[in-house]
Amino acid sequence: MRRFSITSLPGFTPIALLAFVALYLPIIALVVFSFNASKSMSVWGGFSLHWYESAWANDAMRDATTRSLVIAGWATLISTTAATLAALGTTRTAAFRGRTFIYGMVNQTLMVPEIVTAVSLLIFFAAIKVATGYQGLAYLVLAHSIWCMPLAYLPIRARLEGMDLALETAAADLYASRWQTLRRITLPLMMPGIIAGAMLAFVTSLDTVVITEFVKSAGQDTLATFMLGQLRRGVTPEVNAISTGLLVLTVLLLAAFFLITRKRG
Amino acid sequence: MATAPLKSAPRNAEQRAAAQTVRRNWLLSAPALALVALFASLPLGIVLVYSFLEAGQYGNVEWRFSTAGWTSVILTRDIFDGTVGFADAHLTIIWRSVKLSLLTTLITLIVGFPTAWFIATRPPRSRALWLFLITVPFWTNLLIRTFAINEIIRNEGLINTVLLRLGLIAEPLRMIYTDGAVLVGMAYVFLPLMVLPLFAAMDRFDMRLLEAGYDLYASRWRVLRRIVLPIVRPGVVAGSILVFIPALGAYVTPRVLGGGKNMMLGNFIELQFGQGRNWPLGAAFSMALFAVVMLAMLAFVRAAGREGGR
Repeated sequence: MRRFSITSLPGFTPIALLAFVALYLPIIALVVFSFNASKSMSVWGGFSLHWYESAWANDAMRDATTRSLVIAGWATLISTTAATLAALGTTRTAAFRGRTFIYGMVNQTLMVPEIVTAVSLLIFFAAIKVATGYQGLAYLVLAHSIWCMPLAYLPIRARLEGMDLALETAAADLYASRWQTLRRITLPLMMPGIIAGAMLAFVTSLDTVVITEFVKSAGQDTLATFMLGQLRRGVTPEVNAISTGLLVLTVLLLAAFFLITRKRG
Repeated sequence: MATAPLKSAPRNAEQRAAAQTVRRNWLLSAPALALVALFASLPLGIVLVYSFLEAGQYGNVEWRFSTAGWTSVILTRDIFDGTVGFADAHLTIIWRSVKLSLLTTLITLIVGFPTAWFIATRPPRSRALWLFLITVPFWTNLLIRTFAINEIIRNEGLINTVLLRLGLIAEPLRMIYTDGAVLVGMAYVFLPLMVLPLFAAMDRFDMRLLEAGYDLYASRWRVLRRIVLPIVRPGVVAGSILVFIPALGAYVTPRVLGGGKNMMLGNFIELQFGQGRNWPLGAAFSMALFAVVMLAMLAFVRAAGREGGR
């Protein structure tokens, strides 16, 4: 007779395993067919790196990739810095009037549907573009910064809440200045949270399609909006290759994230 | 900074220190607050204002007060005889969005609950791996995942090719550009959003409770219904919020898998700011969507609170 397992519930394991298969099958098919020699996306024509070469040779694609990385870099820097300061101001302190307000503000974009944020920024920035004539990347950087803010803030806050004040108190007892305490004690201790937050902000910025599509000026495609445009025009296998590249980047960042939070946290 | 206050210190010194801390907290939060206020709250306020203005002829708005944006969300005036009726096209889109979002939430719950339970009951070592496997799709670009589903279900896609080769069908099944395709796509892309909060709730679940249940001759079904479900309920609520809200405002998935015909609210709003050139109507729709999301969130949170307090 089979051993009675208390944790297994009827039908749960098959459903779970099927869910994993369903989650990964489309992604795996996408990766496999990015190496397909034939143009058809459902008939295997042998292994080839052709689509990677032609994607790389595509200037519009390379521009979009560079732009994506530049925007994500700036947005990560801005949102992580602001989120770190806000986390220092809202954790490990006696409750004060307005803390819930700050908390709500920082996380505001989590509660508003992305399409609504996108529309509001479209209207707002369109007016500024007309008034100032400036058409640069700053609009996208700012839009991404507020969009990534909660994702940077939440891991940093979680990290800070898990730290007690004993070490900082000890430093103060040993005549360390506030600045010394922050630089030598608090910041190193909260670093795993900051790195985690920055990574999530970076990945989120790379992923942001709708807001980018609404805010960008002409000729400011990011990788995400470039791919959306390709999808609209009918799919080329190049998109498979680009997707696989992004997928690898995401998995690498995530693996690093897991290792960092596991080892130090 | 954080030295223990001396017992003999006068009370107002303590108060002064507390006030100083509060000021420091506000100062530290100021950059984040300024960014969000300027680039999220203010634009949102502008959308609200725009929803009460008149539509300009070539997009944008005329600065004259009008409630036309709001009334035309559900009402329409016949261009020939001027009678007012319901705007069927709008109602169809609203109904489709609500229906598809609720169904997406239901499907992800039915599939996600066993999946989260499966992960939570693995031994600690392999649990991290299973969790990683659910996190990868979660952080993979939504566009890529929608695109992957597109590759599977389109007319020349994987399913049709395989079925044609096997001779099971004579011509491709038309799956893409239907409500069903949008539903499958949304359930696929939002599943990890359901699994993660469910897992977080189940991870804290004390498995000894199950043992106690079985010792008292409860069946597996009864244990699930009377012990597991009530305790992990906050996870169910959190997962439902996390799926329902982005589903209601979904833009990419219906656009790629639903084509131009099977629009949802997100696509309709975009249309008003693009070819539709009716900014007040788009603004009113945006605000209505935002309000519905807020109400849904309140309802979910209250549902969680009611059960949690029992």
